[in-house]
Amino acid sequence: MSKIAIKAENISKTYRLGEIGTGTISRDLERFWKVKIQGKEDPFLKINSHHTQHKDQNQIVHSLKDINFEIYQGEAIGIIGRNGAGKSTLLKILSRITAPTTGVIKIKGRLAALLEVGTGFHPELTGRENIYLNGTILGMRKAEITQKFDEIVDFSGVEKYIDTPVKRYSSGMYVRLAFAVAAYLEPEILVVDEVLAVGDAEFQKKCMGKMNDVSRLEGRTILFVSHNMAAISNLTSKSLVLEQGNILFYGETNKAIYAYQSLSKNKLSYLSTKKESDNIPFIKKVSVITSEGTALHQHGATLKIVFEIYAPTKIPKAAISFQIFNEMQIPCVQLWYFGTNQPFLTQKGLHILTCTIPKLRLYQGHYTLKVYFAQFGGDTFEILSEICPFEVSMLNQKRDFPWQAGACTYLEDSEWNIENG
Amino acid sequence: MNQSISEDWNLIIEPKKSLFQLNLRDVWIYRDLWALLVKRDVVSFYKQTILGPIWFFIQPIFTTVIYTFIFGKLAGISTDELPQPLFYMVGITAWNYFAACFTKTASIFKDNEGLWGKVYFPRLVMPLSTITSNLVSFGVQVLLIILMMIYYFSIGTRFPLNAGILLLPIFTLLMALLGLGLGLIITALTTTYRDLIFLIQFGVQLLMYVTPIIYPLSSVPPKYHFIIECNPMTHIIEGFRYAFLGKGACSLFSISYTTILTFVILGIGLILFNKAERTFVDTI
Repeated sequence: MSKIAIKAENISKTYRLGEIGTGTISRDLERFWKVKIQGKEDPFLKINSHHTQHKDQNQIVHSLKDINFEIYQGEAIGIIGRNGAGKSTLLKILSRITAPTTGVIKIKGRLAALLEVGTGFHPELTGRENIYLNGTILGMRKAEITQKFDEIVDFSGVEKYIDTPVKRYSSGMYVRLAFAVAAYLEPEILVVDEVLAVGDAEFQKKCMGKMNDVSRLEGRTILFVSHNMAAISNLTSKSLVLEQGNILFYGETNKAIYAYQSLSKNKLSYLSTKKESDNIPFIKKVSVITSEGTALHQHGATLKIVFEIYAPTKIPKAAISFQIFNEMQIPCVQLWYFGTNQPFLTQKGLHILTCTIPKLRLYQGHYTLKVYFAQFGGDTFEILSEICPFEVSMLNQKRDFPWQAGACTYLEDSEWNIENG
Repeated sequence: MNQSISEDWNLIIEPKKSLFQLNLRDVWIYRDLWALLVKRDVVSFYKQTILGPIWFFIQPIFTTVIYTFIFGKLAGISTDELPQPLFYMVGITAWNYFAACFTKTASIFKDNEGLWGKVYFPRLVMPLSTITSNLVSFGVQVLLIILMMIYYFSIGTRFPLNAGILLLPIFTLLMALLGLGLGLIITALTTTYRDLIFLIQFGVQLLMYVTPIIYPLSSVPPKYHFIIECNPMTHIIEGFRYAFLGKGACSLFSISYTTILTFVILGIGLILFNKAERTFVDTI
């Protein structure tokens, strides 16, 4: 039977907005003197906070609200959520950098948190000296480091430069050395922030492999925070989804990713604010229908894009086209519908155009649409940029070597022919 | 429900309940870090410098020369019949150590903002290692004092060596703890009041003048004695001179007064620091 490694009960963290004091000691003393001793009005009170100074709930921000969860020994847990959902706050509380406002977290076993690689590295010191310094900062004993020293150096691959000050290292070497120290930390519970987004693909793979070993083979507990759903799904079996300081979902990673993706569902369509009475043609709605029904689309599945266009009268030679842009703002796909053989808006009213891409070959990544609506050889009615964001995922396409971000823009069908001789 | 289960936890994270929960045991667990931070400070001090550790000598020697010229020769302030350079050197050495402990500890939150926002270790390890690494330059300067004493001895000056020399480690410890305590109070307050940092920059300089560095306590007019004697550093500096050179005011009373005051200040410092360290990441 597995035992509990971390038990969090009613964890909350609140921040007060604005300044806590007036910022300088003389003003605080003056305020104290005027308000408390002489009974006058606070000279530093902000004008608009006049009536709500004392019990103003608006000034308090809940970064975490009454969080409860349990993590069992040997589990690999992903923590996902949008920016500002409370991930970093939870990490900071777990790693004891800041204290919770209320609640208790009980931890069994040694916990080490890795919020950054190379914390406390000193540029003037050599690689060897920094291994010791960084190791002890992360909570290792000196004897422990000496024992693992060769392995650490081996993993980092910087043996030749181990007695050179780290300021002479390339940034890649620096990161490799820093991660190597962390990799041999060997605590019972490891909390890792998105630190793996550094180093080259080769090294990232090595890090992921190491983390996998740590959780699967060595039976340690891992908490892993990332925005990279592929990494989360590779590494963890269960995930915690945070949304505005609350736990939205806690359970199987696949379902957690689905829950997380659903958060951005409402952004999947574009809705116009224009009115039909204005007597100009316009795009009323654009929606992207992905394979998952959320912002997530599986590579190779059918993608549909639906345009709802309102025309006040018949529009001859109406033209519509759209581009799919990737994260680098490079257009990857262009599709269109216009010309004498492809008339639409042939009468007054609402027209629905559906574009079906039977097998979307775009590689994993984030994409947006740019839509052009015009009259061929005439007016441009509308250009809509960066609408309907969606993500293409390779989660259903397993291969032995993990998919690398940015390896290509699309995948082509191909056949290989092998001849022996 | 079951008491034995709840006792099994290795670590319990909760909002701090008591001001007096200092977790000094944690500091002991991290003693290797303490040692390595000292090493870092010392090594990084002279890396990529031409003169290296000689820098430890240059500053006190130049200060002594200037003081001898201005206060000794021009102003003609008494030095209790001691050779002027030696008199100033002893005062400067002790004061420098105290001032370094004080100012470095006072800016400890500001200096480690980045590091402390990323990793946890008992925060107290940092100021402790700072006062320890300052011991190195202090030790080097003490060596310089001994060399000067040998020189003066060889030209005929006699120092009444006494049992006071055994008190040197105690005075050094008191200085370190006093600097630490004052520094901790200031640094804890700087998390809300940034302006205190400016205060200590010249405050330490001014404090030097109400401490008998450039004059002996015996030359202070009696009506000001009380003010000067309130300053705990007065007794430490005088004690230092007494230990090395055999001249200076040192009594059981002055030592106990200084010791008690030092521990009170240190206690207040630890409590304030402890309170500030839990949430300083949110406010700084």
